[in-house]
Amino acid sequence: MPELNYAEAVNAALRRALAEWPETLLYGEDVAKPGGVFGVTRRLYREFGERVFDTPISESAIIGSAVGAAMMGRRPIVEIMWVDFTLVGLDQVINQAANVRYVSQGALTAPLTIRTQQGAVPGSCAQHSQSLEALFAHVPGIRVALPSTPQDAYDVLLSAIACDDPTVVIEARALYNGPRENVELDGPIAAVGGSRHRHRGEDITVLTWGAQTHNVVAAAAELDAEQIGLDVIEAVWLNPFDTPAVLDSVARTGRLMVVHEANVTGGFGAEVLARVAESGISLRSPACRVGLPDLRVPAAPGLSSAVLPSASSVAAAARTIIGSESVPWNAAGQYYDAR
Amino acid sequence: MTSLAELEELCRIRIFEEQVRELALEREVIGSVHLCIGQEAIPVGVCAALEPRDALFATYRGHGWALARGVPPEELFAELLGRATGTNGGRGGSAYLSSARHGFYGENSIVAGSAPIAVGAALAAKFDGSGRVSVVCVGDGALNQGAMHEAMNFASAFALPIVFVCENNLYSELTPIAAMVADPELWHRAAAYAMPGVRVDGNDVDAVRAAARDAVQRARSGGGPSLIEAMTERLAGHYIGDVEQYRPAGEVDRAREREPIGRLTSQLVASGVAPQHCEAASQRAAATIERARAAALHAPAADVSLVREHLYA
Repeated sequence: MPELNYAEAVNAALRRALAEWPETLLYGEDVAKPGGVFGVTRRLYREFGERVFDTPISESAIIGSAVGAAMMGRRPIVEIMWVDFTLVGLDQVINQAANVRYVSQGALTAPLTIRTQQGAVPGSCAQHSQSLEALFAHVPGIRVALPSTPQDAYDVLLSAIACDDPTVVIEARALYNGPRENVELDGPIAAVGGSRHRHRGEDITVLTWGAQTHNVVAAAAELDAEQIGLDVIEAVWLNPFDTPAVLDSVARTGRLMVVHEANVTGGFGAEVLARVAESGISLRSPACRVGLPDLRVPAAPGLSSAVLPSASSVAAAARTIIGSESVPWNAAGQYYDAR
Repeated sequence: MTSLAELEELCRIRIFEEQVRELALEREVIGSVHLCIGQEAIPVGVCAALEPRDALFATYRGHGWALARGVPPEELFAELLGRATGTNGGRGGSAYLSSARHGFYGENSIVAGSAPIAVGAALAAKFDGSGRVSVVCVGDGALNQGAMHEAMNFASAFALPIVFVCENNLYSELTPIAAMVADPELWHRAAAYAMPGVRVDGNDVDAVRAAARDAVQRARSGGGPSLIEAMTERLAGHYIGDVEQYRPAGEVDRAREREPIGRLTSQLVASGVAPQHCEAASQRAAATIERARAAALHAPAADVSLVREHLYA
């Protein structure tokens, strides 16, 4: 089993897809000869030739052509360099790709994969730091995944490529050059969906995804010493979303916190709270969302780290939940209240 | 190479559209419907240049394109009427219908939305060895959407086998195209993408067919994309119910003197075809459409029990 970091795992998944499925194409801005601005697609052009190619800076044409090529039997994998840039081509995702199967009663399908990355890292500008997963998860017909480990980066991408639905895989820029781990490369390709239990605890269910998973796991380790047990579930897929895993956990803990990097209002965390509320499971403490408090993301590292969730703010929110019967909206002490 | 068969084809589209207007006014067809009355020569001419393997993408004013591509009128009526036997079981409606088995990959109610998708069909052809040519039809207004620029540049950069057809009916919805562009000769834009561009009389089936054959041949032989601007005029409103206050008095009447059916009939008669043969072609078209309409009206409503299906694989 090779030791790969997150970016190398994505690269390995793309290599396997290109090798095993002749109908795959891989294209996007700077992905071929330059190997991608983050180096994720390195060497694939050399290995697979013209099936890997660079495109104009044209997100509508990149995504739209993937829709059309997929309708004709190809299996395109396109890279949109930053999730913020998907907004330029969003018509092709929401009005076009998502509709192909439904309005044709399955006579037409669009099995394309959109790879992109998101998240705030120090010094990024406000148009390079957004977390937009809720936009995609809102749209029926689009599958959405956000892997956070090298193994999942590999497995989830292959599941997405193999899937006959249009799928958006949102990688985490902050994790690309993270630690290497052993990655199983020859395993079977799983169907889309599923979640991961990242830490066991009996006091609070914490549902998270993407790069925040690592903060939440770190918070859980910190709180173990204080006898506060976090039951951490990572939603690798937001669509299909593993609602039963959340409900099973909440039924045990009686408490719920959702942690994401996206803005709190209308974030997918709100959906998770709604599903738990609709389940009728009664909670011992009010449910809580921890996320970006409805702000643009400032570029200055000191400013952005003051408002983005961190291991310490997650831990602080957990202590508040345990210690209080009433948790104010978006309660983590140091959070700036945008309202 | 005009023919009675083409006249009958124009009449089928015209009569279909008139019947759709009636059905809409009778509240049998519900929702927004955009007719192509007056523009029939463009789909008939372009589709005459296509082979079954080719992929056609249309805009929301696309009933005529579907018919010209061979989609049975009964299935189209049924689709507009929300019947189970519709091309898309009533899910596509007037503005988003498709029939892949006829090489008709869909209308699109985002005006330039189909252009990048059609580019993708051409991109697939580059890899699948099918020899397929992709054709996309958009209106004049669509040329002002960004996706159109992206699609034309992308197609030209990679010399993809696609033909961009612009039906210029002089109005972008309710606004004159001339007021919305600095250069109303839209075919000039092809030069920016280093692709051939041509403006043709879109009410003349011969002219459209000839331009389309050139463009399709170029695409199929590796010569890359081209742009055809086909000039025409709408004899109907932008949508059913459009009172057309924005159109100058007499404009539609003058357009009727140039519309494609009268024009082709005159050409045929001038070439020696007996007028009664032209009339017979029109009557055959009317009978075909009437049968299709009756059958569609008798078809069962779309099946509500299936409404959740076909969302995911």
